[in-house]
Amino acid sequence: MARLPAATGARAEDPVRATIMHPILSALKHHKTTVVLVMLEIALTCAIVSNALFLIGDRLSDMQLTTGVANNELVWVNSDSLREDGNPASRMSLEQADLTALRDMRGVTGVVRVNSLPLLDAAMWRSGISVQPGLPKATFNNIAMYLGTPGIVGELGIKLDQGRDFLPQEYADYSPSANQAPPSAVIVTRALADRLWPSQSALGQPIFMGEKGKYVTRVVGVTRHLLNPTLSGRTNSEDNLLLPVRSIPGGMYVLRMEPAARDAVLRDIPAVLDRVDNDRIITGSNSYARTVSDYFHDDRALIWLLLVVIGCLLALTALGVVGLSSFWVQQRTHQIGIRRAVGATRNDILRYFQTENFLIVSGGIALGLLLAVALNLLLMKHYELPRLPLYYLPIAALVLWVLGQLAVLGPALRAAAVPPVVATRSV
Amino acid sequence: MFGYYFDLAQRSLRRNPVLTALMVLAIGLGIGASMTMLTVLHVMSGNPLPERSTQLFYPQLDPRGMDDYRVGEEPPTQMAWIDATNLLKARKGTHQAAMSGGQVTVRPAQGGNRAFYVDARFTTADFFAMFDVPFARGGGWSSSDDDKQARVIVVAKTLADKLYGGGQAVGKILRLGQNDFRIVGVIEPWSPVPHFYDLTSGGYQDGEQVFMPLSTALALHQGIGGSLECWGYMSFNNLDRKTAPCSWLQFWVQLDTPAQQRAYREFLVSYSQQQKMLGRFVRPPNTRLHDLMGWLDYNKVVPGSVQLQTLLALGFMLVCLVNTVALLLVKFLRRGGEMGVRRAMGASMRSIFAQLLAEATLVGLCGGVVGVLLALFGLWVVRQQPAQYAGLAHLDAPMLYATFVLALCTTVLAAMFPAWRACRLPPARALKIQ
Repeated sequence: MARLPAATGARAEDPVRATIMHPILSALKHHKTTVVLVMLEIALTCAIVSNALFLIGDRLSDMQLTTGVANNELVWVNSDSLREDGNPASRMSLEQADLTALRDMRGVTGVVRVNSLPLLDAAMWRSGISVQPGLPKATFNNIAMYLGTPGIVGELGIKLDQGRDFLPQEYADYSPSANQAPPSAVIVTRALADRLWPSQSALGQPIFMGEKGKYVTRVVGVTRHLLNPTLSGRTNSEDNLLLPVRSIPGGMYVLRMEPAARDAVLRDIPAVLDRVDNDRIITGSNSYARTVSDYFHDDRALIWLLLVVIGCLLALTALGVVGLSSFWVQQRTHQIGIRRAVGATRNDILRYFQTENFLIVSGGIALGLLLAVALNLLLMKHYELPRLPLYYLPIAALVLWVLGQLAVLGPALRAAAVPPVVATRSV
Repeated sequence: MFGYYFDLAQRSLRRNPVLTALMVLAIGLGIGASMTMLTVLHVMSGNPLPERSTQLFYPQLDPRGMDDYRVGEEPPTQMAWIDATNLLKARKGTHQAAMSGGQVTVRPAQGGNRAFYVDARFTTADFFAMFDVPFARGGGWSSSDDDKQARVIVVAKTLADKLYGGGQAVGKILRLGQNDFRIVGVIEPWSPVPHFYDLTSGGYQDGEQVFMPLSTALALHQGIGGSLECWGYMSFNNLDRKTAPCSWLQFWVQLDTPAQQRAYREFLVSYSQQQKMLGRFVRPPNTRLHDLMGWLDYNKVVPGSVQLQTLLALGFMLVCLVNTVALLLVKFLRRGGEMGVRRAMGASMRSIFAQLLAEATLVGLCGGVVGVLLALFGLWVVRQQPAQYAGLAHLDAPMLYATFVLALCTTVLAAMFPAWRACRLPPARALKIQ
């Protein structure tokens, strides 16, 4: 038996191996329509799966954000007094009485009042600020304002990157809705500090606010992280300041405790507050961990939906490939028998079907990558999604190649098992 | 004849149950996913007042200053107190009403019952007639009540039943916050979807429980909610909503004829010019008049995420279809021999074609059943979500029929090409291979 040079790696026994591509391609030409359909299906799957994976990654990156407070040790309660005497002094004293009563609860280590919390998704106060005095218009707009009563930094578990906590004398009477001077000290986030003073330390820097920037406050500290009460889009999610105030009309109480004590505290809060004064409406209370998880509920729902869709699509495509390959194997039983009879090994037959599948899937992927980019452009235009990073494309391609090979394995093994004697029978 | 085709079809489908099940499942999945999302979309983008929507309009004016002025900018989405009052007094429409949302504290008379908040609508007399609000007892208030700041309210039946247990509520005195109000009317449950007349707190909230004259609510400092867009500098403390440079009211007008609508558009422009002469407005006239459905579109009331999910479902459906076409093609071509025999015995191409379509119809019907079941399950999942619109996701009769029709049509369409290919196989060749 004359051996061909080993360099070609072909064995003369199997005429198909000598020019491996040609017979497969010509066989595919016989099933043009079916092949095109499968390629189309794979292309669509590739486009949808790569964009779906990207959407999942996008949502997950949002959900990884650090709130900047002690998530698992906080409980909040919102209570409105119905006593409408409108006297600030009596409102203050009621607030103080509430704070004292809540602090005395079993397991509670501290209580403060705030106007909002990260990811609370409730109303938030935003205003414009400047870093130069006397400008007619604020240079940085939509900066969220957190207000907190004494102990705010420590009780919420906010970590400072730089500077110090507020001093007791810095807590002032201030309401952002009145055009009045803010407290003398302010704490900003690292992200905001880097935006306001890109090349210098933020400590001691002035911030101007109010009409034409006529009031000034100075930075005493910088927090490592503190998210806004609501996130809009993906930028500036930490654009906020923290101001020290004495009391907050329309604010909420936040209690700090060991995680184990949360449920009992949450249960007893209404009774404790009613003992102080029962002419009130408790409009909401929850453990902060649940609040955060509720905030991302829609994102989680979307991720599950996308996972189900990806799963169904891949399963469907795989089953389609199985159905089609089985049909082809059945159709070619006679030819396979002939090839086996003239010396093709089982491996050769297996390799043939695997190569064929690889070629079809590759064609589908090539088209699919174009479709994926087109679909992403469409989504970018209509749903404000970011651009699809290119590394998602090879991931999707790899998934489909592996899927195709796995799907074709069963039918290909059945093909390889066809005995040579089949060639001698007529169908 | 058709009976015979269907008999043949079910025999052939039973011959390879796996492939058949695969096709039915693919169609069912595609249809189920699409119908779930399309139903949600259908509910969310429905017409809240089908009989009246073409006659209801939402005028917009632009009273803002010249700061940040850009040509072609959209006017504010709400109206300032002064403009709303002027448009009310002008009475240019069949009906017109200004309104705002808010909260009131209900204090039940019986002791021991804790006070609670309910959503309220502060509006003017025409509200009920303009929106065709159904009354169970009594009626609305008059425009003289608006002028007098009368302490009258209309309540929803659910609240009336909660307070008076099905007894007579009209004429009763109800304490809200610090003041007493006389109930003059009780309305049947009324909650248009979307909540078109006020989109400031999401487009799908429930209907309000208490309706109060707007002038009364302002005089008694009731808790007005919603959004407030202001221009210029001002203090928000002790804000006087009547004089502040802020827009915070929704304003609706009913215009029955095209002539009335044209006249109103012209009126809005001339009103803007007149206000500019008076020095209140500084910008050139910038007015809009959307009809109800146009206003919903303009505000993009259907959330982007729902549209995205619908798009995803339709993409999924497309893949299911391509898959079905491929499988049917394989299935039909595989039976070349059988068809060759039937052709040789005198069956026409058309009868072969009809028989193959009958087969596809059976697959489509089964797929439709699976699809409906999956859609029902999908909608149940949607209803478990805490979104504002979740409770509305139900499959109504038209959508149910649509599901079946869609399943059938798509499958038969998908079968057209494979069947056409299969019935064109030359019978002689098929027989020879055999």
